[in-house]
Amino acid sequence: MCGIVGLFLKDKALEPQLGALLSQMLVKLTERGPDSAGIAIYGSAEPGRAKITVQSPSPSRDFPKLGSELGEKIGALVTVTVKSTHAVIDVPEAKAQEAREAIPELRPDARVMGAGESVEIYKEVGLPKDVVQRFGIEKMSGRHGIGHTRMATESAVTTLGAHPFSTGPDQCLVHNGSLSNHNNLRRELKREGMKFETENDTEVAAAYLSSKIAQGQGLGEALESGLRDLDGFYTFVVGTKDGFAVVRDPIACKPAVMAETDQYVAFGSEYSALANLPGIENAKVWEPEPSTVYVWEH
Amino acid sequence: MTYHNPPTTPRRSATFDEYTLSEIRRAAATGIYDIRGAGAKRKVPHFDDLLFLGASISRYALEGYRERCDTNVVLGSRFAKKPIELKIPITVAGMSFGSLSGPAKESLGRGATIAGTSTTTGDGGMTEEERGHSQTLVYQVLPSRYGMNPRDLRRADAIEMVVGQGAKPGGGGMLLGQKISDRVAQMRTLPKGIDQRSACRHPDWTGPDDLEVKILEIREITDWEKPIYVKIGGARPYYDTALAVKAGADVVVLDGMQGGTAATQEVFIENVGQPTLACIRPAVRALQDLGMHRKVQLIVSGGIRNGADVAKALALGADAVAIGTAALVAIGDNDPRWEAEYQKLGTIAGAYDDWHEGKDPAGITTQDPELMKRVDPIAAGRRLANYLKVMTLEAQTIARACGKNHVHNLEPEDLCALTIEAAAMAGVPLAGTDWVPGKKTF
Amino acid sequence: MNLSTPVAVQSREVNYAPRVFDLSETPLRELNQALHNVGEAGDEPAWEVLNPKGSHAVAVGVDKAVAVNVRGSVGYYCAGMNDGATITVHGSAGPGVAENMMSGTVVVKGNASQYAGATGRGGLLVIEGDASSRCGISMKGIDIVVRGNVGHMSAFMGQSGSLVVLGDAGDALGDSLYEAKLYVRGSVKSLGADCIKKKMHPKHIERLRRLLERAGITDVKPEEFTRYGSARTLYNFNIDNADAY
Repeated sequence: MCGIVGLFLKDKALEPQLGALLSQMLVKLTERGPDSAGIAIYGSAEPGRAKITVQSPSPSRDFPKLGSELGEKIGALVTVTVKSTHAVIDVPEAKAQEAREAIPELRPDARVMGAGESVEIYKEVGLPKDVVQRFGIEKMSGRHGIGHTRMATESAVTTLGAHPFSTGPDQCLVHNGSLSNHNNLRRELKREGMKFETENDTEVAAAYLSSKIAQGQGLGEALESGLRDLDGFYTFVVGTKDGFAVVRDPIACKPAVMAETDQYVAFGSEYSALANLPGIENAKVWEPEPSTVYVWEH
Repeated sequence: MTYHNPPTTPRRSATFDEYTLSEIRRAAATGIYDIRGAGAKRKVPHFDDLLFLGASISRYALEGYRERCDTNVVLGSRFAKKPIELKIPITVAGMSFGSLSGPAKESLGRGATIAGTSTTTGDGGMTEEERGHSQTLVYQVLPSRYGMNPRDLRRADAIEMVVGQGAKPGGGGMLLGQKISDRVAQMRTLPKGIDQRSACRHPDWTGPDDLEVKILEIREITDWEKPIYVKIGGARPYYDTALAVKAGADVVVLDGMQGGTAATQEVFIENVGQPTLACIRPAVRALQDLGMHRKVQLIVSGGIRNGADVAKALALGADAVAIGTAALVAIGDNDPRWEAEYQKLGTIAGAYDDWHEGKDPAGITTQDPELMKRVDPIAAGRRLANYLKVMTLEAQTIARACGKNHVHNLEPEDLCALTIEAAAMAGVPLAGTDWVPGKKTF
Repeated sequence: MNLSTPVAVQSREVNYAPRVFDLSETPLRELNQALHNVGEAGDEPAWEVLNPKGSHAVAVGVDKAVAVNVRGSVGYYCAGMNDGATITVHGSAGPGVAENMMSGTVVVKGNASQYAGATGRGGLLVIEGDASSRCGISMKGIDIVVRGNVGHMSAFMGQSGSLVVLGDAGDALGDSLYEAKLYVRGSVKSLGADCIKKKMHPKHIERLRRLLERAGITDVKPEEFTRYGSARTLYNFNIDNADAY
């Protein structure tokens, strides 16, 4: 139960402003979710490199020597950029999997928030304005991003319970609503080998899509399958390396507004999130249809 | 000489008991599920399974009738400019006009007013009978929005956003055609004589994030004066209480499965929702976790019958209770004086629960002009006031015996339980032990 | 509505200059309180609301025949429970615009989100763009005219009043309908349970003509519409209709 936003830039000139635009969109929805907030920013991928975002409850202990220790362990050049409780670890793509496996060994308390060629994920307990400030989101550039502010329904208010949830490379998902069959689905996905960090229904949706994508489905196809298998009320915004997607359940009660101009495609749970975007006065503004998958890619 | 095998005694199935067999036959004959009011009738762990410890040497009791034991309660102090103050911690729950007759609503208003407490509208709007005779009136906003209008919103003393009812958390309702009289039809904007279906979700919001915006609208319309209650059925009381608070409620009303004058399917009443006893501690824990216990008040309903039930609910952490069925009985429902007529309807006084059918011999749950004449609102109001006062005295008596100068000072530690089930649900020790089953939960 | 339309002008001295509230500077609370404080409609007949930027509960619970012009797009429940005012949104409206309206007129120049006119009891709601899902849900006497399209489940459980759609209607139009009257000029994706196409009799054409006139729509003819209403088969429960429940 929450507020969600998404912004997909068509105009490269806006890219330096992505973090600032997305931040103010999210702050506008603060009242929809006072518990925690998170943002995923998709920057431009550097060929041959991969990023891993990790979070630690004790950053001053876990992060200072992480770069050198991890570099030694995997035998590659590693750079670590620390932002508050999060660190973005830049590794050679070929060593990414090895690095992911090494991190929990080196830093048992640290959690991988997400990984991929371009995604960085920042989420914490607190109000959107505080969360975006502590990570300096407003200064970040990027090509697209999604964000979420949470009013927790049944699962705990923790950093891990905050959205976005990332369960596959460069994939992440934010959700407004409440799933009604996630416990059974989680059990099935666990049997298939998916790992879960929380009791959150949204993590199940994210893992479900990752599992379908891993089986070879495209993003649109995976979301179509989701319409069949996920029960309950949901509006999802999904980020991938090259774009983002929106889908609403067949009943479509949870609010969703979209705006499109030559410069961007934007999503908000409420119009207020879109109200300060450049050129919004002349944007095409509409509501996504139920049971309909919308995908935009660069 | 013929030899007879010794016969075995005919044995009825515990699974297919008499009631079950009759229900199968009824369903097969009529093709409709059984609809009724009166809340869950099955036996569930309840307040009867708890006892107060009282005082002797380690604690000192207050002198009955001499030393003060207050019972007043303030509701809606979180955001409302005009919170409600009631003399007693027992309110009258929402029951609709349409379901109840005009004279019955008037009786409730009169009784509650004499006793210094509030009464509540229901699905169907506000009537002059109840506004005129209720000093403090809570106006319900229900999914159907029957009879909903801003003029009555402003005439109310508090507003209750009804999300669920104990009898049917997650369900809507149905008022059968025979009760849709001219007046009810007009108030609900429906053709006369048709079945009226009540929605289960509100028409213009879904979920706590939208509810927060809806509450903002109601506050703006009423200039932030009136307390906003949120009523939930006993489904997932921890989460639902927490979310009602996050959405901005001043007061949370929590209705357990024994509650419900509302008509719905028997299968729903008996199989969905949790007993009142099991709902209170999780709701109180949610308030405590948010630092809102006693700041957002908790009203508990569903099977409250006497002052001991009141005291026990308060001891478990409620700020007040609400009565529905008990109030109807006080004004004359199911009275043995109408026994012959109950039998003509195929039931008996004390078991009559077809409140939705409009044939109530006591004239309470009906729109039949002849039957409703049987309710004398002045006498019935007096009876309700007497009953409310007796319950209050009973609760005070218990509180004094536990050494409390206000009923709100009762605590879970003043209680013990007679059964393991009740001990687990109420989070109090089994009598004679210090064992609270599943204690780590609380 | 057009500000040049006379609004309950009294003969005594009144202030004709519109009262202006800029929501980027003034809290919403002050706007609504001021609207509720209007003594007589003639005292302060015209109001301007600037920079709503998606604010919720703009001009709610107004009960005097004043004219309010909102310059921009609003969030949830704009003009909620309106009782006599003429409120115009010069932009788009979020969920529940004019919910439970009693009387008066609400005009949305742009699109309206879900639940437009929900449970409305009277008055006229005109949406010049599209309305999304559940337009007129549980309507109880309101008249709603939508120049564009309406989304799924529109007029769900509609009890009374009229929903007029110049464009197309989405899935499950008029599901579980009671006595609300539906007129659609374009296509209907699907009809909901118990909603059927009905014949346009002269009285319906006349009623619709008047309604379009009230909504200021002159470029379409009532004869171009198809009427839908309740088949009334769900009015009293019958187990053989169980599939519809």
